[in-house]
Amino acid sequence: MFAIYKRELRSYFTSAVGYVFLAVIVALSGVAFSLTTLLSYSNDVSTYFTVMLFILMVALPVLTMKLFSEERKLKTEQLLLTSPVSIGGMVAAKFFAAFTVFFGAVLCCSLAYITLFLYSDPQGGIILGNIIAITLVGAAFIAVGMFVSALTENQLAAAIGTFGILLAMLGIGLLNSVIPWYPVRFVLSWFSILSRYSNFTNGFFDFAALFYYISVCFVFLFVTCRIYERRRYSA
Amino acid sequence: MLKVENLVKKYGNATALAGISFSVEKGEIVGFLGPNGAGKSTTMNIVTGYISSNVGKVYIDGDEILENPTAAKKKIGYLPEQPPLYMEMTVDEYLNFVYELRGCNLPRKQHLADICDVVKIADVRARVIRNLSKGYKQRVGIAAALIGNPPLIILDEPTVGLDPKQIIEVRNLIRMLGRDHTVILSTHILSEAQAVCDRMVIIDHGRIVADGKTEEINRFIQDNRRYKVTIAGPQNDVLAVLKKLPGVVACEPLSERDGDAIAFAIEAKSGIDIRKAMFYALAEKNYPLMGLEAIGMSLEDIFIKLVDKEGA
Repeated sequence: MFAIYKRELRSYFTSAVGYVFLAVIVALSGVAFSLTTLLSYSNDVSTYFTVMLFILMVALPVLTMKLFSEERKLKTEQLLLTSPVSIGGMVAAKFFAAFTVFFGAVLCCSLAYITLFLYSDPQGGIILGNIIAITLVGAAFIAVGMFVSALTENQLAAAIGTFGILLAMLGIGLLNSVIPWYPVRFVLSWFSILSRYSNFTNGFFDFAALFYYISVCFVFLFVTCRIYERRRYSA
Repeated sequence: MLKVENLVKKYGNATALAGISFSVEKGEIVGFLGPNGAGKSTTMNIVTGYISSNVGKVYIDGDEILENPTAAKKKIGYLPEQPPLYMEMTVDEYLNFVYELRGCNLPRKQHLADICDVVKIADVRARVIRNLSKGYKQRVGIAAALIGNPPLIILDEPTVGLDPKQIIEVRNLIRMLGRDHTVILSTHILSEAQAVCDRMVIIDHGRIVADGKTEEINRFIQDNRRYKVTIAGPQNDVLAVLKKLPGVVACEPLSERDGDAIAFAIEAKSGIDIRKAMFYALAEKNYPLMGLEAIGMSLEDIFIKLVDKEGA
């Protein structure tokens, strides 16, 4: 399992994907950070973190798109599936590889808060809460991306499909306000990432929301494993 | 070493395997022979745990592949039809990756160096796999199958796409592996199975049509006496002479011409050698025999014959 993790991590940086991902995230986050805090003479990070959600929505599918689809297309998955490694181990290894790159990006971006502490007196608790929350949301996004990547051989389709699902998950919150029927609103709100995130931007540490993100993560990883179990019988 | 019981695999309504059972003893080199689409790769993929059968069991040295996958898979080294190579890695990186993936605990440096010597890739270890020739890629795939010293090695069409020199090298390599491993290889080339294997399992349309020692299969195949004879003389007269020979089942002229000599395909009843009789008959009529060669059976001919035999 650790071998797969290492190989995935290395393949991010032998191809350009890892570097491009880090560069794009750090650059966009830097711009967002400067505009929402430094240039607005504010130490309120709530807008910044909401913008970060949308940046991740676009960037994370690029990180996850190849995880399964490339292996399937090049038939290298045959090596993994005939090795003494369980499917769960394989899925977990790939998840943690993508998560490591993503978490690296979050840490790079977090250096920006130093400037806030230099020039003002921001609330460290809120910033830390938001970093934890954005990390967990990113983990959930990665799990969604892996699920879609396991469905197709085509990387582009995987990226666009993931983007579509993430867009829907973020958009449901906006949609909710226009749906007049309460039961539908209630059910839809279950899938809404944005509405759960708002507590963090408002400075509350919401354990229920954290639990929700972790659950989303597990559900999608579990379904990914099931896809592989099932494909054995149909393929 | 390997016991396969009643494998059935269906793709929707199409039946890929219709109840395959066989077993392989320790130390055997078994050829899995069949035309394209017979179910060879499907069988190998099931045996190695890549896909699952609808019905049936696979025991690797006592461990069932689905019930005890980790233990079973550790005992198999598998080279699929298309070697599962990561093109962006160097040979060394790839072999190390497979070593870790398989959870080996042999002395790593020595083990990998030994394998590279055996499959003769020691000189390309630092090169990126993408840039290697097809023959080298194949050998890297075989090297990966050897990592961890698994007792059972399964090679799916290991010589496809190689040039004649590489084919001979790979066949020699397989024979050498057979000394201390159990080897199963699939092929659609009869002569390859004859050259390398102790035993052949012949499969067609998802079922086994023959299973026996290579000598037995050879005897069975050679039992059919078909020759191509080239004879100088008028076609119809020669044909009349040939047809009168005792034991001739069929005889027909081929389109090949060599000066005034004409080629004929002639087939005798099983158990009767017509060559001497043919020589004397032709000599008597003064038709010189210009050439005589046995026509080997194509795999398709053998299948027809085997299937006929089973039906009879």
